[in-house]
Amino acid sequence: MTRFDAAAIRRQFPIFDRHPTLHYLDNAATAQMPRSVLDAVIEHETASRANVLRGVHRLAEAATAAYEAARAEIAGYLGAGDPDEVVFTGGTTASINLAAHGFGNGLAPGDEVVISGLEHHSNLVPWQMLRDRRGLVLKALPVTEEGRLDLDALDRVVTRRTRLIAVTHVSNVTGAATDVARLVERARAVGARVLLDGAQAVPHGALDVAALGVDFYAFSGHKMFAPNGVGVLWARQEVLESMAPFMGGGEMIRSVSLEATTYAEPPRRFEAGTPPIAQAVGLAAAARWVRALPAEAVQAHLARLTGRLLDGLGTNPRVRIIGPKGLQARFPVVSFDIQGIHPHDLCQIMDGHGVALRGGHHCAQPLMDRFDLAGTTRASLAVYNDEADIAAFFAGLDDALGRFR
Amino acid sequence: MNEDIYQAAIVEAARRGAEDRRLAAPDRSATADNPLCGDRVTIDVALNDGRIAALGYRARGCALCQAATAYLAEAALGKTPAEAASLAGEAQKAVTPEAAPAAAPWNVFAPVRAHPSRRDCVTLAFEALKCALG
Repeated sequence: MTRFDAAAIRRQFPIFDRHPTLHYLDNAATAQMPRSVLDAVIEHETASRANVLRGVHRLAEAATAAYEAARAEIAGYLGAGDPDEVVFTGGTTASINLAAHGFGNGLAPGDEVVISGLEHHSNLVPWQMLRDRRGLVLKALPVTEEGRLDLDALDRVVTRRTRLIAVTHVSNVTGAATDVARLVERARAVGARVLLDGAQAVPHGALDVAALGVDFYAFSGHKMFAPNGVGVLWARQEVLESMAPFMGGGEMIRSVSLEATTYAEPPRRFEAGTPPIAQAVGLAAAARWVRALPAEAVQAHLARLTGRLLDGLGTNPRVRIIGPKGLQARFPVVSFDIQGIHPHDLCQIMDGHGVALRGGHHCAQPLMDRFDLAGTTRASLAVYNDEADIAAFFAGLDDALGRFR
Repeated sequence: MNEDIYQAAIVEAARRGAEDRRLAAPDRSATADNPLCGDRVTIDVALNDGRIAALGYRARGCALCQAATAYLAEAALGKTPAEAASLAGEAQKAVTPEAAPAAAPWNVFAPVRAHPSRRDCVTLAFEALKCALG
């Protein structure tokens, strides 16, 4: 195993030069960008900035080549067979809305879509809107006391009328990882498709969507060390080919007359307008950067830090961890509630210690209702976090506990 | 400075604000939500001869939200609805950068001026009051 050096990783992130005392534990919201990603974006904008697909001049050709190379890089990161299965979007929310229109509009009244009580609003609201448009039945898998999808309910909730199961790969609140194999097995048994919201999973390493056996995979760039404004919807070729476009405009057509339009093949059918070109180049650079990390050592490093958080929080009688208390099938996202301290007060006091946390409902209000909470405080780790971040977290926590007895 | 926000006066007022002090039979009631953080304040008003005889509340929120709610309940007693509504201006002034200093007790919120994301915490109870009196 390659030796892992968190300090060396941290030095690759210019944000920590500007903020040397920053303890950034809000990575589930947005991760920071390494210099190689920033450089890739600047290099592209400096040397190859142009619109894609249409121009014949040299910059346009360079921009198109860079954009398509980014698509191939992301296909490789996801383990997708064909780069044309990768649709660039604005982010996870845009990706899921695309699926809800392109795939969802083909569903019939009475068809069922299954979501869960663990979802981010971005994998919940688009399906409610689809339900209302198409007269569908929307059902939800329940959440266990440990903050996991309750897959024991699969046989009851997923029926022969189920056309799609759309759930999170990793919870943005509890950190729980979904048992995808079990989910896919049930989906296949009834002929349903599976969509995973992978926003919290992709920053932690390359995937194998073929092995996962899912049909759709959605994620954002900004949570995996890439710029804002780019995301991906991956879907199987035959699924994409069956989907109608979501947004109309330039780039997504084959031919247009005043009366009618024929559409381009996927993925361009779903990329109306000028796409986020430099952002896609940055996303590809981020994918290369993550893939170059020693995966096993990174995983061990993050598991150790997550264990420190869970152990330190778990021994405090005023703290209730919202999520798995162990390291099994969980990612480094740790949410908790403290008796007598509101999440925003805690985050404010933590900020005074240089610790960046997230407090609130995390765009997961049904999950908050499940635990009878208005919100939680969340610490989420990335590869550049270290022992000093954890120490600062607990120093800030002690301060807050003392102020609000 | 964060240190200044959580002064003893605010922590103490927040403790009162955290209690469920809903009125049994209010003349007016309204609830205000902050969709960004999920905080929720319900204000009950009992009127007598055109003046606020009692102001009850339930504030599910942060310390700033709860402290402001407690201060509002105490300051509104005996005032006409118009006088009570005008207290909102003082609270707003307390958290607005460059504004003149606010009157007590609202001046304890002055450190919030440096934290734009927390200003609505202080004013949520006033929104509920405005709806209740509206």
